[in-house]
Amino acid sequence: MSGITVYKDKCIGCSLCVKACPFEAITVVDKKAVIDLDKCTLCSSCVEACRKTNAIEIIRETTRTPDIEKYKGVWVFVEQKKGVVQPVAFELLGKARELADKLGVGVAAVLLGHGVKDKAQELIQRGADTVYVTDDPKLEHFLDEPYARILANLIRKHRPEILLSPATSIGRSVVSRVAVQLRVGLTADCTALDVNLEERFLLQTRPAFGGNIMATILSRHHRPQLATVRHKVMKELAPDISRKGHIESLAFDRSFFTSRTKVLEVVDAVTATVNITEANVIVSGGRAMAGAANFKMLEDLAGVLNGAVGASRAAIDEGWMPYAHQVGQTGKTVCPKVYIACGISGQIQHLVGMQSSDIIIAINRDPSAPIFSVANYGIVGDIFEVVPLLTKKFKQVV
Amino acid sequence: MNVIVCIKQVPDTTEVRIDPVTKNLVREGVKSIINPFDAYAIEEGVRLKEKFGGKVTAITMGPPQAEGVLREAISLGCDDAILVSDRAFAGSDTLATGYTLSKAIAKIKDYDVIICGKQAIDGDTAQVGPGIAAMLDIPQITYVRKISDVKDGEITAERSTEEGYEVVQTKLPCLITVVKEINTPRLPSLKGKMKAKSAVIQAWKAVDIEAEADRIGLKGSPTEVWKIFTPPARAQGMILQGEAQGSVDQLVDSLKGLLY
Repeated sequence: MSGITVYKDKCIGCSLCVKACPFEAITVVDKKAVIDLDKCTLCSSCVEACRKTNAIEIIRETTRTPDIEKYKGVWVFVEQKKGVVQPVAFELLGKARELADKLGVGVAAVLLGHGVKDKAQELIQRGADTVYVTDDPKLEHFLDEPYARILANLIRKHRPEILLSPATSIGRSVVSRVAVQLRVGLTADCTALDVNLEERFLLQTRPAFGGNIMATILSRHHRPQLATVRHKVMKELAPDISRKGHIESLAFDRSFFTSRTKVLEVVDAVTATVNITEANVIVSGGRAMAGAANFKMLEDLAGVLNGAVGASRAAIDEGWMPYAHQVGQTGKTVCPKVYIACGISGQIQHLVGMQSSDIIIAINRDPSAPIFSVANYGIVGDIFEVVPLLTKKFKQVV
Repeated sequence: MNVIVCIKQVPDTTEVRIDPVTKNLVREGVKSIINPFDAYAIEEGVRLKEKFGGKVTAITMGPPQAEGVLREAISLGCDDAILVSDRAFAGSDTLATGYTLSKAIAKIKDYDVIICGKQAIDGDTAQVGPGIAAMLDIPQITYVRKISDVKDGEITAERSTEEGYEVVQTKLPCLITVVKEINTPRLPSLKGKMKAKSAVIQAWKAVDIEAEADRIGLKGSPTEVWKIFTPPARAQGMILQGEAQGSVDQLVDSLKGLLY
């Protein structure tokens, strides 16, 4: 029977599990742990905490993919827009190559779109051994139904053990459907990936509770193991023009391309310099910016550093910047190389959207502002004085 | 126009703190709230009803105490509420959750649009909405920032992308997931609050939705949490105080090799 069990003979009533439980589901009664099954989500935090005593066990009786050992290879779903392969695809190929080399298998890229055929060679240079291409006018725009149908069909036919997809608006939409069609596990928004060589499973690490904790997720008994991966986290490989690979163009029956949904218009509202999720440097402003016009100052600094401008929820709600620039829980999660927070106090909702940035620089008048607790560098001072000085200084050295 | 809104009860992360000593998540006294994105879903559902008639049904899967967010949904304008709750659902991952909710929705039967928030703030997966759509084999539009039109069995909406948005049209019934930009949720009315107090919340168990035992809870969940840990704390930063020019010079010097 599936479920969680406390072995009363082993339990010493130490309460470690009580402290570890994120759901307050455990109490100690008569020196024995008692789990409230209405609160327990079987997250296994207590099992981890009890590892020494080993008094708690979660038994999983689960279904299993038939012929699981026949699933071989690491795949990448290549995201392209208007025929341009997105940088995240190269990052995923870099990671896929590393995982595949550990497992001793090949890397395949799946490229769907219209007018994309000539991009296949570059995917080989970036680490793929095989590229499956379907180039069809019906795939010009991303559409969930045909994309999911073709992807699921290819997976059923070739049986990869792992499929990586970007955790973008396209990737998350389509792979969620694929996971259901194949009835396999899917882990969202991974920031670290590794493989266990004995059992060949993918160790999928991702932030949870807004990055306050990290969780490593497994899908032991199902193949392929599907993961969406945060962009700008994995390292891409430099193109190697001597790499050889195999390109397979695939045609599908017309029924594969049917879609109840159609795209009527594509509007690119944000320019490359404002696509904050792709920027290497982000200069963000908060409530202390005190007005829309003052964001010009941040644009100047971002301009010198070839970066983009972000904003906290407070600034967005004031209408100083459009929503596309919002960083944080109800906006975008970003992880640039350098994040410069100007006049942002650092509420938890903002921190969860930017705390995985490589380097965080905070400028704030209040030395006790929470933003300083995550900052690698901080300047306590008035943004209206500090930011222009910073722009001037960077102009001299960059 | 009958709308189903899927909502989730989540811990209010504004109150979640990390214990500095044990490094555990301190949830003591942390209250549960409607997932913020689901508040936009409720509001959009109620607006569709106000425009086209019909009714809005709020549905959640969770422990018995999740009834609270359903009452809140009624206070905000939903007509009916269904709590899908059973110990057999414990340990559900996104696949099992999508399956369970799709079975409950199939039981409701009569719907034109299902609305979900784009993701929940505790799990942040954004997988359950599309999962439900795939299970029900209906089309989906994710990340909707505006519903432009609903007529002749079709819905036209603006779907946010990383670069801007797309205008997308699909056939009803369909599922949409919504982003913050779509509306500004209203506050509960006094009448709504009264209604919420006395509302009868339907409670459905696994047997009521005819869920297959090996597709729910732990058994129906291919993924498992193997390990939970606290992310390595960021090293104590260099905080510069004092005269601005001096701080700026020192900061820019420190960034040598990184930015230039």
